[in-house]
Formats: sequence, structure tokens, C-alpha cells
Amino acid sequence: MTSKRQVHLAAHFPGVNNTTVWSDERAESQIAFSSFEHFARNAERGCFDFLFLAEGLRLREQKGRLHELDVVGRPNTLAILAALAGVTEHIGLVGTLQTTFNEPLELAKQLATLDHLSDGRAGWNVVTSSDAFHGANFRRGGFLDHADRYTRAAEFVELARELWDSWQPDAVVAEAGTTARPAAGAFADRSRIRDVDHHGPQFDVTGTFPVPRSPQRHPVVVQAGDSDEGRDLAARHAEVVFSLHTEFDDARTFYQDVTARLERVGRSEDELLVLPGATFTLGDTQADAEERSRAIRRAQVSPATAIAFLEQVWNRDLSAYDVDGPLPDVEPDVDADAITRGRVRHARDPRALARSWRERAAAEHLSIRDLVIEVSTRGGFIGTPSSIAAEIDRYVQERASDGFVVVPHTNPYGLDDFVDRVVPLLQERGVHRESYADGATLRETLGLPGHVLDRQEVPA
Amino acid sequence: MTNRPVLVTALQGAGWHPAAWRVAGPAARRLSSLRHWREVVVEQDRVGVDAVTVEDSFTAGPVDARGDLDTATVVGRLDALLVADAVAPATRTVGLVPTVSVTHTEPFHVATGLQTLDHVSLGRAGWRIQVSPTTREAALFGRRPGGDDAASLFAEGREVAEVVSRLWDSWDDDAIIRDVTTGRFIDRDRIHDTAFVGEHVSVHGASIVPRSPQGRPPVLALAHGADAAAFAVDTADVVLVTPGAAGLEARSTLALVRDAEQVAGSDLRRPVLADLAVLIGSSSAEAADDLAALDAAAGTPFGSVSDAAVLATTVADLVERIADLRTLGYAGVRLRPLRIPADSTAIARQLVPALVTAGLRADVASRPTADLRTRFGIAPAVSRYARPTVPQGVPA
Repeated sequence: MTSKRQVHLAAHFPGVNNTTVWSDERAESQIAFSSFEHFARNAERGCFDFLFLAEGLRLREQKGRLHELDVVGRPNTLAILAALAGVTEHIGLVGTLQTTFNEPLELAKQLATLDHLSDGRAGWNVVTSSDAFHGANFRRGGFLDHADRYTRAAEFVELARELWDSWQPDAVVAEAGTTARPAAGAFADRSRIRDVDHHGPQFDVTGTFPVPRSPQRHPVVVQAGDSDEGRDLAARHAEVVFSLHTEFDDARTFYQDVTARLERVGRSEDELLVLPGATFTLGDTQADAEERSRAIRRAQVSPATAIAFLEQVWNRDLSAYDVDGPLPDVEPDVDADAITRGRVRHARDPRALARSWRERAAAEHLSIRDLVIEVSTRGGFIGTPSSIAAEIDRYVQERASDGFVVVPHTNPYGLDDFVDRVVPLLQERGVHRESYADGATLRETLGLPGHVLDRQEVPA
Repeated sequence: MTNRPVLVTALQGAGWHPAAWRVAGPAARRLSSLRHWREVVVEQDRVGVDAVTVEDSFTAGPVDARGDLDTATVVGRLDALLVADAVAPATRTVGLVPTVSVTHTEPFHVATGLQTLDHVSLGRAGWRIQVSPTTREAALFGRRPGGDDAASLFAEGREVAEVVSRLWDSWDDDAIIRDVTTGRFIDRDRIHDTAFVGEHVSVHGASIVPRSPQGRPPVLALAHGADAAAFAVDTADVVLVTPGAAGLEARSTLALVRDAEQVAGSDLRRPVLADLAVLIGSSSAEAADDLAALDAAAGTPFGSVSDAAVLATTVADLVERIADLRTLGYAGVRLRPLRIPADSTAIARQLVPALVTAGLRADVASRPTADLRTRFGIAPAVSRYARPTVPQGVPA
């Protein structure tokens, strides 16, 4: 019996930003199901807790036109997760799904379905949005005030839980009648199915939820917002929180902050897992790993990507500049509308940022491309398999995280090295499972007790 | 038209008869499991049934005389699109046609969900388009009062179908270029702005999903009357009708669709499938007895409440009926098994071989795999945004 804290691992399917290197000769289709199947099976081979997929609602634009330089196009999140339920047995299936451009009844129905189809392996990364750019693709447009994003999200999650709770686990009885009394018996016990009658500031939902109680009752709720409101939502509702804080001290500060918020809402530390997203670059020696990392970062920032990145800060056309030359001498345009739409990246004070970059580039003799590589790519964890396994273990034992969301830089083979070389070392250290428990739900795999609302039975 | 009858099996719960769950055995208790759906669909796939449809609704089930949920029949269901996705990897040739409503849903999610099914199934996706008319469904969303008349539901549905179709076309086949020299992953000139502003729905920009194998998965619509036939002609590639019910002859039911095509000024003759609810026995007498037993358990003869003709029949009789419908101009049938798995199994294991023997279908082994549009005998989808091809060797 080990007393060591266990490492939890999530596999992030490579996304539609320049972390994903599509120019790699082994890179395959980002939309073919075979890529998803390979990725999922491989993560399952490494006994990962779950795989994770982000959501797309509109293609990114820059200077009023589609952004061409990164991977573009991805599947519908729920549809691909359901298909993956058909080719995996143990790994959790977690997707990002909006609370702004979905309705609770439909999304709760789909998530309950995914939980049934996967025998209890569904998870939901709850995200909010409110901007008119994405809203343009939906019935109600940019209807939601920015300030109400989290109000709607919180009521959405509460209502979804109400819907999932409305069927008691034993509601389906399927008691057929006898030959003598063929019409006796019922398929379901009506008294064990409660109608929902919800009236709140955001939603009015009345009636019988269409899906019987699913294996996990509630899919595992994940949250990723880093703002104050996002962290509060996580503390109240989430069971897993994704974070961007990967430096050790920063990660531990975040961990402590979220843990303190948990206590304020009457939850304990073991009810929430904190998983920072990170990239991992492996080498046979430290120097080899560093060399690989440099090559990857250079591939992530092509000449065209370097210019496009600077344009987001300068907010103007910089296509005439030489990426191997010095930074632009013009000032950022702070008065014009943002030229980038469809992704989050706002510099608070573009002029100050531009000044500091110019100074750094001059001091370190960096070209435009060098500078963009330095400021836009994160090396993440770089080292030999054993040094990386030791580092992951340290983060978890010293409560800087409960594990990591592993973000590979190529699709679909980017995770293979980690599974082949790092996972066995974590297993040797006794901090990562060597096999899944038979028939475990995602919540059981994560070692979570479930949300407090998840442990009470509401009488019908 | 295809040179053989199209055969589609309609899946729903434990079957279409309200008392079917009573004879389903252990399956009745696992209707919400992937195992159940995979077993049922794989059986259809193995023998080369052209497609399965999966019913759906936002309600938990039908209501009884008092207006409350009728728990004497199957209640509770799974989302049809996700069921189709989950069984896709286990199947190889069968078309997967979930019902997805256009009334309370977001067209963008409908479009991308079906495109993803088409990617996952390598070109076997279809869409049974449906409106959700009841106030019960409206109350579960709480966005509008419900009780809209058919005309406005269909008007909204036409807009949604148009938006979905545009989104499906929004990426050219060759939009992904992966050009390392210029650093461009896509050629944005090959991705198109759907730019649709309607009364009910609007969409800007393109789909997030690259063009799927079929481009536009075939759309199926069920039409009982003239207004629904007009809606089907406007939105669907394949039309389902219910001959033999409500005193309608097979010939006049088909005419409903052909008339609607004429009114719409459409030159296309859409494949029309006859919906038949079937209980298959080894003899007519056995089938009649089994149906009588089910009807007794339900308390009402199913034939008096079903929208489609209810047949307690034999394989030989069904083969004959399908041949007759072909002669009248039907493309084929959609069979609604009264009992699942009993009658769905009979369709796969008995009816299909009998159709082969009768020369009405080719043996599954000798048929090449094809996408679902081909199986329905409809032309490949050409994108509305496709660039006109410049003839080779002709000076511009």
C-alpha cells in the first residue's frame, strides 16, 4: 500500500493553434477518425485518466479573413466523443461545451447519452463565451452580457444536475405481465421519475427529462477559466480544473488559491483535481531534448506565423517586414478595431509591450522570428524521460498539481513517446496506475468522491 | 433509381409496438446501453441492409389518456445522433440515419454533428429531418410558448435545412493544402461564407468541420400529407411515406410526392420509400397470433394508432409486397420492426436472403461498398460554391 499521491494524466487532442506542428512529416489529418482512434487508444495504453477535446464554434479570422497558418477545422465535440466511446473501454471522454450557445435540456440529454454509451466515462468542460463574433452562428446571436456569462453558466450546470437527477436509478423496472394478465406490469415506475419545473433568471424548463439515469449520474464537471469568476465557478461546481500555471511556484500558488476557495464553499481538497496543461519534449540527454525543443519551437513559428503574431499586437498589417530582420519601428495601432477574431489574446498595453520587445530584441540580437519564438512558445517540460518523470512526481507530491494535461505538438503520434518512455517510469515510481480498475467510471478512475450534490438522493 | 429495392430498417426502443418490450427479454433492461445498439445495428450491417434510422425526440415518451407519461410502454431514450456515432466504428457498410430536430436546435450544431458522423462512418451518414411540434417539447426548452402551426414549423425547418446545407458546402474538397513553403494550412479562397440571414436563423462564416466524405449526407423526410410532402421535396433527398394507412392506396401516396415535386418545379424524381410496420412470423397465422397477443397486452390494437400500415406477415409475403411497390415506382421500403430484436433479426437473417434469392438484391459479398448517397441512388453532392471547372486545353 503506497501513501504517495497519484499522478492523474489527461491527453489533449492537438488543437487549432500554432502549438500543433502540421508541417511535421508524420503529421496526419486532424479530422479523420483514424487520427482520433489512434490518439485515444494510445492514451488508453498509457492508462491516462481521460482524453480531452476542445470545441470550435467559428473559424479564426485575422485582418477580416480566415487565418490560414494554423491547423483549421475540427469535429463536433460530442459526436467525436461518442464515436470514441465505441473504440475505447476505460479512458474518460471529456469535451468542451459552451453554456452560452446551448440549451440545458439538449446538452444534458447529449451528455447523459454519452455517459450511457461509454458506461460512465463522460466529462464536461464547462466554458462560457458571449461575444457577437461567435454568436453570429447561433439563433440568439451575441445575446448575453459579458457580465452574465458566469451567472448563466452556474444556473446551466445546476439545472443540468436537476435534469440528470430526475430519474432515480431504479426507475426502469421492465416488469412484463404474465400470460394470464398480459397488460400488467410497467416499463418504468412513474413515481421514480420526477418532472423538472425550473424557473430562474436564465432558464424556464418544465417537463420530463428524456434520458434515464446514467452510470455516473452526473458527468465529471471540468472548468478552465482562470479569472476570479472562473475560479469561483470551479470551486463551487467543478471536480477537475485545468490551469495554465506550469512553473512550479506559480502552479503551487494557483493550487493553494483554488483549495482555499473550495474550503469557503464547504468542499474539501480531495473533491477537486488541479491539472495544468503542459507540453513535454523528450531527449536521450538533456542536450538532445533542448535541441529537439528548439526545432519544435522553430517549426511552431513559421515566417508567416511570426508576422501574424506581431500583427495581433501591433494591430496593423506588417506583411512588408522581413522576419529575419529587426522588429517594426512603427507603433501599434491602438485605436482601430481588433484585427484578430475568434481567439483570446489581448495585450493590455500594446505600445508598452512593443517597446519592451524591441528592447529585448536589441539586447539579445533577436530577429522578428527569434523574438516571437521566445515570447509565444512555451518550452514546457524538456528533458530525459527520467528527469521528466521525476519532475511530474515532484509537482504532485508537493501539491503544485494533481497531474497534467499533456499537450502533444503533433497529431496523432505526438503522445506516443510520452506513453512509451515516461509512463513506465511513473509506474515504477508507484505514482501511476498500471491498469484500469475493471468497469471503473471516470469519476472512480480520478479517485473523486463526486460533487456533494452528486451524493444526495433527491426524493421523487 | 437504384436497380434494386432500397431496404432501410427503422430502429426505436424495443420496437414499434408499445408492448414490444414485454417480449424483448433481457434487452428490455439495457435499451440505454451501447451493447444493445451495437448488437442490433451490426446485425443489419452484416447482411447489407442499406441503412438504419434511429428515432429521437426531446420527450421521454408518449403520454397516456390522462396526458401523463405512459409508463406501460418504453420511456426514456438516448440521443440518436450520438448512438449513430457510437456504433459507426463497429459497422462497415450500413448507412446511419439519426433523427435530428430542426425546431429547438442550433443549425450550426446540427450541421457539424452530422458532418462529424459522416467523417466517423467514412461516408455513411444520413439525416432524418424532423420538426418538434408539441408544447411538451417547447416547455422543455422554455424559449417559446409552443403550439406553432405546421406552416410556421415547416417555414423554420426550411431555413434550418438551407443553413445546414450551406454549412456542409462551405469547405471545398481541397481546402486543406498544407503548403509548407508559404506556411499555409488552408487556402482560404476555398472556404466560403454561408452568409444566410433568415427570419428564424442566421449563420455567418463557414462550418468548423472540413467537408465530409459525402459532402452533403442524404436527407430523409417523412411525409404523411400534402404540406409535409412539400416540405420533404424542399428539404430532403429521400422521401418516406406511409401507404396503406388511413385508407391511402400505395399509388396515391406516391402521387403525393410526385405532385409536390411538380408544384415545386423540381425535375428530380426523389427516391420514395414506403414505411411499413412489420411483425414477421413463420406463417401468417403465427404472425397474427403474435400481434394479437401484443395488442392485448397494450390494450389497443396497434393498427388503430400507428401512422404506418401494420403488417403481421411472412417473409414470402413481404418479398412479394416489396416487388409490387417497386413496380409502382417506389425505390424501396423502410421497415419498422414491431419487436426488436425479434423482427429486426428476421429482417436481417430471413428477409434479406429471400430478396437475394428472388433476384431483388445482390448478395452482400458481391456488392462494392459505397457511400449512402450511392446506396439511395442519388447523385454525388456538388458544392454550390464549387469553382466552375475550366476545360483542359481550351484557351481562356
